[in-house]
Amino acid sequence: MSPKTARESRFVPDLLGRSDYAIIGEIVEPGARVLDLGCGEGELLEWLAANKNVAGRGVEISGASVQRAIARGVSVFQCDIEEALADYPDGIFDYVILSQTLQETRRPLHVLREMLRVGRRAIVAFPNFGHWRVRLSMLTSGGAPRTRLFPYEWYESPNIHFLTVHDFENLATAEKLAIERRYFLSGHRKVTLLPNLLAEVAVFLVAAPAGAATANP
Amino acid sequence: MISESCTARFDALPLDCGATLAPVEVAYETYGELNAARSNAILVLHAFSGDAHAAGISPETGKPGWWDNMIGPGKGFDTNRYFVLCSNVLGGCRGTTGPASINPATGCPYAMSFPVITIGDMVRLQKMLIDSLGIRRLLAVAGGSMGGMQALQWAVDYPDAVAAAIPIASTVRHSAQQIAFNEVGRQAIMADPDWRGGNYYGGPPPARGLAVARMVGHITYMSDDSMREKFGRRLRGKENFGFDFDVDFEVESYLRYRGSQFVNRFDANSYLYITKAMDYFDLTAGRGSIAAALDPAQARFLVISFSSDWLYPSYQSQEMVRALRSRNHDVAYVELESNYGHDSFLVDVAEQSALVAGFLASTFEKLA
Repeated sequence: MSPKTARESRFVPDLLGRSDYAIIGEIVEPGARVLDLGCGEGELLEWLAANKNVAGRGVEISGASVQRAIARGVSVFQCDIEEALADYPDGIFDYVILSQTLQETRRPLHVLREMLRVGRRAIVAFPNFGHWRVRLSMLTSGGAPRTRLFPYEWYESPNIHFLTVHDFENLATAEKLAIERRYFLSGHRKVTLLPNLLAEVAVFLVAAPAGAATANP
Repeated sequence: MISESCTARFDALPLDCGATLAPVEVAYETYGELNAARSNAILVLHAFSGDAHAAGISPETGKPGWWDNMIGPGKGFDTNRYFVLCSNVLGGCRGTTGPASINPATGCPYAMSFPVITIGDMVRLQKMLIDSLGIRRLLAVAGGSMGGMQALQWAVDYPDAVAAAIPIASTVRHSAQQIAFNEVGRQAIMADPDWRGGNYYGGPPPARGLAVARMVGHITYMSDDSMREKFGRRLRGKENFGFDFDVDFEVESYLRYRGSQFVNRFDANSYLYITKAMDYFDLTAGRGSIAAALDPAQARFLVISFSSDWLYPSYQSQEMVRALRSRNHDVAYVELESNYGHDSFLVDVAEQSALVAGFLASTFEKLA
């Protein structure tokens, strides 16, 4: 990489309108086998196929999204994430991606374990509930926090398992997962200091501990 | 659109039952142009009562093909890009050898001496046709219902010859309920005194039995919703009940009409043979599991089911998709919302068209 000013190197460009996609696009190497959980309309898989020659598969529960994904040529099937993972044999993917969805799953730990059963590595991106705006919103309003990344009324929110950067790191330690890379984002900037307070979005690249690839019962 | 109607003839076709049919004729139609690399051919597979006339207007009857809304310039199967073929199935009565054909050994129609055929036999004959046209690999095999069964059979029996398979509203094996409805249809035909053990050629056909069979079939192709919407309890041409057993309700009139129309275009013995082939269909037989059965396939799959289809319910497509996924086959699946029951794949095609078009385009791109 050519030398850049600190300011420039901290800037993360958009990929398909999302900075976490840009990071995922950077992590995944050419020719990898990728499973995208909650892939929406398949934009990321389409980009990975076109730019990284990736053999991608997607899972999505919304029929309308699946239709648009298939129409753009992406192999997506309509299914609940947890159910879909159960059908795959061990270790057939290089990367299993879960972008902005972990907090929406009913059994996040189970999902994480399953991701690392069917894939060698998992890329998990999630909105950080420890961000100062979330804390401030709750402190000042006394109600369930609403911010740019958590815009919903409590009764409409798809988010059912809120987590912070710390929470994820603690879980990784407890599960003996190897965190190979971590990225913290605030808008399009990379956050280097106090990520639990300053990051809006966290992206983790994690691998299962050696020899534990099939440990999930 | 210009369609071309042709017949191919083959010396002999070995069958799963051990017998050999000799000779065999196949009626087929084609739409669009085969490219120089012969890489853009799509075989469209008709359902139980369909025929080779899949698209365009028949010069014979003036009627559009059974999938005319899906096949043509700019449609789901875009004939500006692809060469689409459709043949009448083995055992049929619309140009391909079946029980109404003349047995060269006797000079009389085969009738019930026609050997019992399978979906595998139908596909073996289609493969001979494709080979004779110099097509090594089909871009896609696609069909709904029994057409979907043929598409699956193709993908498993000739993995090198199929780049993509599109089974719609279909199953890997006929269920007890599907067999049950077929058996009702067969019994209605065989109970008609005019059936005469199948030897009715040259005399009156078992029209009443065949019409009843078709009426039962039509009920299974619709849904409670679509029937309520289409007929409700409306009376036919009267204000009050007739207090007799003539037609009172619209739905009765519709079924009687459909039944009587069917008799003009379909052979009762073909009904027996083709429904039997469907009932015998079980890709898992001798292979253990669905996953093991589908494992030889090399094709990409697009699987589609419909929310209101109770004859071939979504769970049957889903178990197919689950098995493909368990062996990491390339498979896309969606259940489309439709009120039209099993008939959805024929009549409610807007979303289906977009899916098929995108899936075919990406498959074609990957091959090029």
